[in-house]
Amino acid sequence: MKKLIITAIAFAAAPLAAQNQDLGEPMAEGQDVETIEEEEGLSGSVSFEGNLDDLGIAIPAFATDRNVPTPANANGTEALGLELARVITSDLRNNGLFKPTGPDSLPRPSAADIQSPVWSTWGVRGAEMLVHGYVRARSDDRLTVGCYLYDMALQQRLVAEGWVVSPADWRRAAHKCADLIYSRLTGESPFFDSRIAYIAETGPKDNRVKRLAIMDSDGANHRFITTGRSTALTPRYSPDYKKLTYLSYVDGNPRIYVYDIGTGKQTLVTQSENPTFAPRWSPDGRWILYSMAVGGNTDIYRVSAQGGRSERLTDTPGIDIGGSYSPDGSRIVFESDRSGAQQCYVMDADGSNQRRISFGGSRCATPEWSPRGDQIAFTNASSFNVSVMSPSGGNVRTLTRGWQDEAPTWAPNGRIIQFFRTERNSGKTSLWQVDLTGENERSLPTPVDASDPAWGPILP
Amino acid sequence: MNTRIATAVMLSSALALAACQKKAPEELPPMPEETPVATPTPTPAGPAVGSMEHFLAAVGQANTVVYFDTDRYNIDAEDSAKLQRQAQYFSQYSNVTFTIEGHADERGTREYNLALGERRANSAKNYLVSLGIPASRIRTVSYGKERPVALGSNESAWAQNRRAATVTIN
Repeated sequence: MKKLIITAIAFAAAPLAAQNQDLGEPMAEGQDVETIEEEEGLSGSVSFEGNLDDLGIAIPAFATDRNVPTPANANGTEALGLELARVITSDLRNNGLFKPTGPDSLPRPSAADIQSPVWSTWGVRGAEMLVHGYVRARSDDRLTVGCYLYDMALQQRLVAEGWVVSPADWRRAAHKCADLIYSRLTGESPFFDSRIAYIAETGPKDNRVKRLAIMDSDGANHRFITTGRSTALTPRYSPDYKKLTYLSYVDGNPRIYVYDIGTGKQTLVTQSENPTFAPRWSPDGRWILYSMAVGGNTDIYRVSAQGGRSERLTDTPGIDIGGSYSPDGSRIVFESDRSGAQQCYVMDADGSNQRRISFGGSRCATPEWSPRGDQIAFTNASSFNVSVMSPSGGNVRTLTRGWQDEAPTWAPNGRIIQFFRTERNSGKTSLWQVDLTGENERSLPTPVDASDPAWGPILP
Repeated sequence: MNTRIATAVMLSSALALAACQKKAPEELPPMPEETPVATPTPTPAGPAVGSMEHFLAAVGQANTVVYFDTDRYNIDAEDSAKLQRQAQYFSQYSNVTFTIEGHADERGTREYNLALGERRANSAKNYLVSLGIPASRIRTVSYGKERPVALGSNESAWAQNRRAATVTIN
């Protein structure tokens, strides 16, 4: 089954100029976020014992010791403190988590109140939890943001953390605060401080313009990567967020490329005359999976992210395509129509032990292994709904009911699934999110139509 | 008894309908009669040999596209008649190179449809090669579900979009 092959050296590979003619200007990479120690909070359970959906959280504006100018906000750190609280509130509200009350309807605490809240001010507002925070401009232009979560009934601090961020990354501090609150109150891993790559779509159904674009998990900091001159499809962020791999028709043929976000350069993932599809990273970023059609027959290959020889992982007359690694990188779930129709299969990372896992009677396509490892999301390609199943193919549950929903991608914590929905007739597309109960579904606003979402891990 | 016959009749007409579903609706103009063989003339008035216009005029537009059933890529009798007509043209004009574009309908996932379009384009290519057209003159490209010709979301539109279309490069 496993076969080492040397991919054909292209005798007419796309010239570098052609590969780059669809790219916009490269962008500056984000700065690292430094975490700073804050005083420990209460490690025990919180006092609230109801449904978390009913948990009221008051999130007043973050305080500042001194209102000073900052590149992050034209009106200074005081205005930035208000914005920080707004971002945290909308993170929690838009995901149907808790019952947050934002800063626009709350009094503003002073800098001195942050570490010792004025309980009498907040006790009358009915919220069970209170968030306080501060923002300070440092002499090196960077910002220090502190985030505190208090239990109103206990009048105790539950958790606190702080971060030093560059002014351009101020929203990351808000997402980290939202993540801290979410994790402390639910026991789940964080997910807000992450990004999404997707395909922005415009134009009529028979002449769609499809551009590679990226944005934060809440839709902010939106950027187009390609100009739209060539069709771009199916992006994936590298685990370190330094690169994107995606399919482009920039040389007239479907080929997958690796785009370096920092340098703006892109390269073919493999030098071959054959069409390549469906690129995927391994969780450690060392491997790229891709699918290649030779003489019309598509199989799955893997290649080191550094380049070199490709290794063929599947070898059947059917279409074998896609692939998603288990979190530990040891196995791959992929799709194949070797049985006559699209079904999901699991194999070891070297291509051995291939076995079918989906037997529900519907087509199984675009399987994606949860970052927690406990579920596989897939497209039911008979009814076009997003579903989940266990890694052995059991406990199938349908989560969505659109006319055509496809291409699930997991939030970094494996609790939320994003996908895209196509409207009947118009062909308009949009991004949606649903939690694992299937009850909390919402659309994610994008500047134009959107498809092929790919949610990256928590930012490094 | 009567019910059974009626059912049988209904079934067979359903089958006939299903069989018809595969082909795109016959909205296309009938295939032109034999076009005169283009003999090189000092003052060419018609389209250049190998141009899409020339190819269309010679084989007829209906013969430039073959259609497929859902998820299928086999060449049936109707397809082979069309491809034979194409092969005549490409044998006659042996310098003409061309592309076969493979497509899928919108009722499939994006990546699978790219692979399926490639498989359909290769089916048509292999048939032409079996008729003696050198593979080196044939390029294939898959557009998956990215380039529909019929824009509705219904069986008739999907049937028109599951296709392999031959276009000349010259």
